Amino acid sequence: MIDQAFVNLNSTLLGALPEVLRPWAAGLVKIGVIAGLAPLIMMYLTWFERKVIARMQNRLGPDRVGIYGLKQPLADGLKMLMKEDIVPEGADKLMHTLAPLVALIPALLLFLVLPFGRNMAPLDLNIGVLYTLAVGSIGSYAVFMGGWASRSKFPVMGAMRTVAQIVSYEIPGALAVITVIMVTGTMSLVSIVEAQSQWWFVLTPWGFIGAIIFFLSGVAEVNRTPFDMPEAESELVGGFHTEYSGMKFALWYMAEFLESFAVCALTVTLFLGGWQGPAIPFWVLAAVLVIIMAMAKRLPIVAKVMGIGALVALSVVSFGEAIPSWLWFFTKTYSLMFVMVWFRGTFPRLRVDQLMGFAWKFLLPLTLVNIVIAGIWVAMPSVVGVLLDVVIALVSLVVLVKLNQPASLEKRTYTFAE
Amino acid sequence: MSRITIPEESELLELNLGPQHPSTHGVFRMIATLDGETIVKLKPVLGYMHRNHEKIAEEMSYIASFPYTDRLDYLCSMSNNLGLAIAIEQLAGLEASERGEYIRVIMAELTRLVNHTAVTGFLLNDMGAFGTPLLYAFREREKILDLFEAASGSRMMCNYIRPGGVRADLPEGWLDQAKAIVKAFPKFLDEFEGLLSENEIIRQRTLNVGVLPQELAINASITGPMLRATGVDYDIRKVDNYSIYDRFKYRVPMGQVGDVYDRYYVRILEMRESVSILQQALDDINDASPYISPKGKAIAKAPRTFKPPKGETYGRIESPKGELGYHLVSDGSNKPYKYHVRAPSFINLTILEDMCLGHKVADAIVILGSVDIVLGEVDR
Amino acid sequence: MTGFGVLRGMGITLRQFIGTYRFGKWFLKLIGLDEGSGITTVAYPEVKQKHAENFRYFPFLVYDESPEDMRCVACKICEQECPPQCIHITMEKDEKGAPTKKFGRTYPAQFDIDVSICMSCRICVDVCPFDAIEMDNDYEVADYGRGPEMNFNRDKLLKSAEYFGKIKPTEHAEVEARLEPKRAKAKAAAAAAAAKAAEAAKPAEDKPADEDPSDAGSDKGDAS
Repeated sequence: MIDQAFVNLNSTLLGALPEVLRPWAAGLVKIGVIAGLAPLIMMYLTWFERKVIARMQNRLGPDRVGIYGLKQPLADGLKMLMKEDIVPEGADKLMHTLAPLVALIPALLLFLVLPFGRNMAPLDLNIGVLYTLAVGSIGSYAVFMGGWASRSKFPVMGAMRTVAQIVSYEIPGALAVITVIMVTGTMSLVSIVEAQSQWWFVLTPWGFIGAIIFFLSGVAEVNRTPFDMPEAESELVGGFHTEYSGMKFALWYMAEFLESFAVCALTVTLFLGGWQGPAIPFWVLAAVLVIIMAMAKRLPIVAKVMGIGALVALSVVSFGEAIPSWLWFFTKTYSLMFVMVWFRGTFPRLRVDQLMGFAWKFLLPLTLVNIVIAGIWVAMPSVVGVLLDVVIALVSLVVLVKLNQPASLEKRTYTFAE
Repeated sequence: MSRITIPEESELLELNLGPQHPSTHGVFRMIATLDGETIVKLKPVLGYMHRNHEKIAEEMSYIASFPYTDRLDYLCSMSNNLGLAIAIEQLAGLEASERGEYIRVIMAELTRLVNHTAVTGFLLNDMGAFGTPLLYAFREREKILDLFEAASGSRMMCNYIRPGGVRADLPEGWLDQAKAIVKAFPKFLDEFEGLLSENEIIRQRTLNVGVLPQELAINASITGPMLRATGVDYDIRKVDNYSIYDRFKYRVPMGQVGDVYDRYYVRILEMRESVSILQQALDDINDASPYISPKGKAIAKAPRTFKPPKGETYGRIESPKGELGYHLVSDGSNKPYKYHVRAPSFINLTILEDMCLGHKVADAIVILGSVDIVLGEVDR
Repeated sequence: MTGFGVLRGMGITLRQFIGTYRFGKWFLKLIGLDEGSGITTVAYPEVKQKHAENFRYFPFLVYDESPEDMRCVACKICEQECPPQCIHITMEKDEKGAPTKKFGRTYPAQFDIDVSICMSCRICVDVCPFDAIEMDNDYEVADYGRGPEMNFNRDKLLKSAEYFGKIKPTEHAEVEARLEPKRAKAKAAAAAAAAKAAEAAKPAEDKPADEDPSDAGSDKGDAS
């Protein structure tokens, strides 16, 4: 019942309308939900990132506005809205204004084909995979537009880096998806999720390698640490968005966070079983949440009582049902977001040439090997095939590491004078 | 190092990094000429924070300069104080009390820990880490700053060391507190190293980047960890044996290549040696003698009556950043006739261009971070 | 092995992340890991960090019994020794230019410290022969201007010896021990002087009546 709650609500609402309006209304509802959900996701991703990184650094993070700083994104949004919009003298005004929009719209469009839950994909395109790859790469144009139109040296350098980086990382990313298409024989994201009802792809040799490569390329494509060259705060000040301020700056951020979310969601969809999950009864989850809520120190009593009450009521109503599919999807996606934030909390960034080297010399050959591995998996569905896969994967990994001569192989000795 | 040859057809981009830039450690400015992303020319521009310290010092009593030395290298005010105190002692032929010497050594080595943790954190920030190593470093640094506060009254601008000893005695329980912190420090270093030393990204970014040849380092009179990273055994604590450093057993770590990684790692090793010095000093210190010699106490009480005999001196110490020297000339009055600071940050910065040529912009930032400058000391 | 260093770093940050939660601390202990540093920051306006007793911020003037009875005698040593020259003192004088005395001491008519210039170095405290100036530890002195708002005058700077004893008990005890013999001496001297004055005043009894109004006037001037 909770699983299909939103689907049922949608069809009930549409059913109340006259026949003629239904297709239009259905479209409008989808647009409305995406347009409403996206800013919310973005705002709370910033909160999530700040909180998690703060905790990693033994800090509390934002906690001044609202309980646990939950109103912080609203305050930030308000601040961004009220700030002066500065366009540098000599900048191409039209391009400068257009660039953040060009970045944001493809990020929103990516949400169109994501299967958020069982029967909950806004649009089941039969070329869904192709669509995401195509739409996702429009972002690089926006970055270059923004950097170029700013007429400033730092943004131009940042923009040049971005284009080189995004173009390079799209190749291993796309090739990693090919394995999925080879095995499932479909490009529809919904069908790919359904194909994973037995095994998540990440548990297969090709899926494991593919998932890591796809996720890393995704991280690079959305310019996040350790691949955040285009922004490179310590070198290029702000990279392509150095000369942006106010709401336009916020739009850049929104685009970046939405794309990060989309990358995580796509990884989940393609390799981590999408909205599928083990059939754990909902009341178990509710019980865990109730305990956490009861123990939480700074939660006001009213919120505690209301939250616990709602959870108890829900689990009573849906007794015997499993955890809803959309909850699985969001949990997995946010776990991947956590990994992204975790990267950011741990790593410094790579240098431009090393970044390119990583894409072309390591990831690209590995994806090609991975296609072979997936081929063997399809052609020889037996223990021998699996063993062969594992052997090829390990050998190629070792060879590639050796060929790339990473700095970690260099030994240093230090002497001491008495 | 040979200059870079620029291809005829390439168009160069002049990029101005600083003085307002997130990672130029204050108001330092570099005018970098780039061919693509490669640096072909780099011109450092200094002086945005010039405060006329040396001239001001010539207009006031010897003691009144101490609070200003705190503000030279504001990460290690204790060693700045110590340098001036040693110079004044040499000039006036004073002796420091034994307990005073012990307290000074403890403070100087704690300062080394403070500086090296902080600079490693900043180096990682320059590499693009989102502050995590820096905040871990600051977490430990705070504990040592608490010690400074308990002893001197201030966390950073300590103004604690005086000719003849120190300004005030250690408060009760300070030594136990210090012992606990020093004992826990190696554990933090292990964690810090676990986060950094073997990290492939960091090694990739630092190994063989910004190599400083040994010969150039000696010719440019580079000192401190930067010199020792190139493999030169030169530590003024060993060379001069000033204060009471000859009583402790410690080693001087040296690198071989002289790149950013060596500079980072030599600092880590130096911190481990400092911990060993601290442990010895904290065990040996006793209260058999006063914290300041009677002569020193009289000077601190009435700075204007202190008139060192005519003459000149150069007092130097191994500050965390290198050789920190004070050149004092006295004409017999209560103000120095000449006062000059040999600032290690400034001199270590002179070969920045040689290290950066041929590297990428990103490397220039990291190399600057590994030099370990504090603009307060560079511009004075 | 390649890649291991990266994972180890991630492990450390994750451990610190988990260690900031109560459950996490318990969990880390359970699996035998070091429990990390926890939250090391304080939420400032609500929680204030504890400072060491020695902590110094801006100087203040000490008085013993009442604000009139300040220890400062306006000798101007601190004004001269102050490295950034942020202290300005004028001694209270009568029309003829001779210093007026209260409680047997000269005193400052004006004692200003520009705290926007002061660098909290404590040299004024070190050099003061009368222990009249001490370091405060109140650091919340922010204001909306840097002219008169930051220029602390005598009345704002005066704080009781009791307050000093409260914020810095150790130092206060030292100062008291140093002052005690001086006070006894001064008392004896004052008693002797009073006896002498009483003797001198006997022949000309109308003179004090002239001096009284002027004294009262100067007191009022100080209080305002």
